Amino acid sequence: MQPKAKFGILITVILATLGWLAFTGVSANASYYKTVCEVQKMSNVSSDKKLRLAGDVKPGSIQRDGRRVTFELKEQAETIRVIYDGIEPLPDTFRDNAQAVAEGKLGADGVFHATKIQAKCASKYEKKYGERVEANKAS
Amino acid sequence: MENIGALSLFLALCLSVYAILGSLTGKWRGNNFLIVSAERAVLAVWGLLTFASGMLVYALLTDDFRYAYVASHSSKTMPSIYKFAAWWGGQEGSLLLWTWILSSYSAVVVWQNRRKYRAMMPYVTAIISVTQAFFLILITVPLTPFEVLAVGKEITTVPDGRGLNPLLQYWSMAIHPPTLYLGYVGFVVPFAFAMASLITRAPGDSWIHTTRRWTLVTWMFQSAGILLGAGWAYAVLGWGGYWGWDPVENASLLPWITATAFLHSVMMQEKKGMMKVWNMVLVAATYLLCIFGTFLTRSGVVSSVHAFAQSPIGAYFVTFIVIELAAVTYLILDRLEFLKSESQLESVVSRESSFLFNNLILLASCFSILWGTLFPVISEAVTGEKISVDAPFFNRVNVPIGLFLLFLTGVGPLIAWRRSSIESLKKAFLWPLAGMAVSMGILFALGIRHIFALMSFGLCVFVTWTILSEFYKGAAAISSKSGQNLVAAMVELTHRNTRRYGGYIVHVAIVIMFIGFTGAAFNKDATVEVKEGGKFHLGGYDMTLTKINSGQNDHYRYVSADIAVHVNGSQVATLRPEQRRYTTGDGSSEVAIRRRLNEDLYLNFAGMANEDKAVIQAYVFPLVSWIWIGFAALLGGTIICLIPSKIRYSFPKTQVLGQVVKEGQPVGPR
Repeated sequence: MQPKAKFGILITVILATLGWLAFTGVSANASYYKTVCEVQKMSNVSSDKKLRLAGDVKPGSIQRDGRRVTFELKEQAETIRVIYDGIEPLPDTFRDNAQAVAEGKLGADGVFHATKIQAKCASKYEKKYGERVEANKAS
Repeated sequence: MENIGALSLFLALCLSVYAILGSLTGKWRGNNFLIVSAERAVLAVWGLLTFASGMLVYALLTDDFRYAYVASHSSKTMPSIYKFAAWWGGQEGSLLLWTWILSSYSAVVVWQNRRKYRAMMPYVTAIISVTQAFFLILITVPLTPFEVLAVGKEITTVPDGRGLNPLLQYWSMAIHPPTLYLGYVGFVVPFAFAMASLITRAPGDSWIHTTRRWTLVTWMFQSAGILLGAGWAYAVLGWGGYWGWDPVENASLLPWITATAFLHSVMMQEKKGMMKVWNMVLVAATYLLCIFGTFLTRSGVVSSVHAFAQSPIGAYFVTFIVIELAAVTYLILDRLEFLKSESQLESVVSRESSFLFNNLILLASCFSILWGTLFPVISEAVTGEKISVDAPFFNRVNVPIGLFLLFLTGVGPLIAWRRSSIESLKKAFLWPLAGMAVSMGILFALGIRHIFALMSFGLCVFVTWTILSEFYKGAAAISSKSGQNLVAAMVELTHRNTRRYGGYIVHVAIVIMFIGFTGAAFNKDATVEVKEGGKFHLGGYDMTLTKINSGQNDHYRYVSADIAVHVNGSQVATLRPEQRRYTTGDGSSEVAIRRRLNEDLYLNFAGMANEDKAVIQAYVFPLVSWIWIGFAALLGGTIICLIPSKIRYSFPKTQVLGQVVKEGQPVGPR
């Protein structure tokens, strides 16, 4: 066989394998980014669809019970109750009013079961003294 | 007074534009004075930016809260070292640092080559200055670090600043951004030389020779920056991980991958005159990914835990990247004839082929990471839904890639150029493969069933064996001639060809890191609620919470736990994980880590469950320390590569000496 043909076959095999891994990886790991309002508006959220739920942590709603943490995410007037039961500790930035993204699934009872929480404090980098307004308009 | 900083930035912008126009016009008109004046403009830009940076640092150190930047990123109580680090603690300041580093690099380039490469240099100056001007536009127009606070038209001040986020007040985080920038910004130099040699159709590979050290140094800084960030995440963020496939982390990894591919594939060009187009593509890709990474981290295009502000600079970056991409693509396509390969691939089992697959797989990894990172953006554009993929996706694709790369690391250096016979393969690989099989068998018998972990450890043995045998063979030959002992002979061997043996040391460093990464397959964790006097255990450790402390000082309130750690009944350590709440409102957990070569015990104080019960998260991370040891070895190996070899090797090489012009065909453009 010509070396070129051999290279062609090898390269195709490698790329096909990786492509297959990536393709199946996406379908197994895809999670849909939704804000609290969007979830509340959706009529029927299938409970096996992975979601990344974004909102602000409602002040005073964080309750710890061992490693289990419950809190509420709010956006405007809507709130969703979240139960976190993951392995990783909550980030230091997770506290009242923080912008948080909870990863997990929405239960049939309307409670969100999260396996991972990301948070960033709203104030830290975004608002400055003499704030320029356009910084927040985009979000 | 307050405007001098902003003014010097503006002047620097004007001079950069002058450097672009001056060097191009000078080259075009053949006016050497213009070319030299453009180069001096580059030096002047450095002077102005150094002055502006000095202004900002001075304002930070003297708590000049009239500046919005100082007020938002520094505070009176911060130690001076972090006041200084606040230079790059925020968007505007870090862009200024980026620009300053770029101007320092370009000043060095201009100075080094003031008598060399006169044909190429005007283009090099112009290309670097284009990037310089772009970043200067960013910090003069939308994001100036010298904005002053004002009420009405009165400049005003605030009593105290907000301070730097306490999470960032940590030694490796203070040096992580500058290190990373030294790496990213530096790639503009090889890029500029590559493009300049394309434009001038410079004969030979001179751009590769001049930029080899630049490439290595910037690659080293990129590696160091990435690993410092990983080390910081591990020691500070409290989740015990060092890599989370977060968009910002990915952004830093992408150019590193293409740079690594480039470092390997240049050897093909130097020794065989092959892959010339590919090298151009790689050097351009690395440079553009550096810019793209800066864009990704700062524009808020993809959501990330590393929060920089959502700022209006996205459009600037997109415009800049699109224009540069178009220019590079045009240049390469237009000069394909100039980049013609001088020899052909002859066999699948050859050194060339191992380089080819190394590059293919690195690029595949790069592409998968880019795809995964941008997936939310792509899916939103296509389906209207923002879909993201997380760590399992990246691991799924990149773990097999990593293992294959590790395999190539062992194979590549031993396999012959052009083609290898079965006989020579047997001679080179029989024993290392046997060692791999035996070690995998032993580990399997010890109860390790994790398939990737088994493969990884096996491959680590394989690669180490091949590299050590290379060292041994070379050193034995020297010592039999000179009578030196084996260790001295190895030093001598390395010194004779630093590039080759330094490279091997970097390979060993990668193996050591892979051992560390593989340890993650055996992590253990437990979350417990304990009172004072309560006991818990994890792995081989028995732990007792002896005391819960709480209190406060000027900066923060804290709660901490004293935990006595016992192994086999005898106390080995007392650890004190702590949780802090700063007066500024920020929180931070100070984890306690007992680092050992075999495993780390990692304790995090998660909070109080009620009045007298603390929530402690305990983790055992096997082999993590190997990553940091590998890091040190990687730095060492790269530095050895930079030392000039004692003996200059010349390689047999095919070279195109001339072209036969066929009748009726026009001679290609010169």
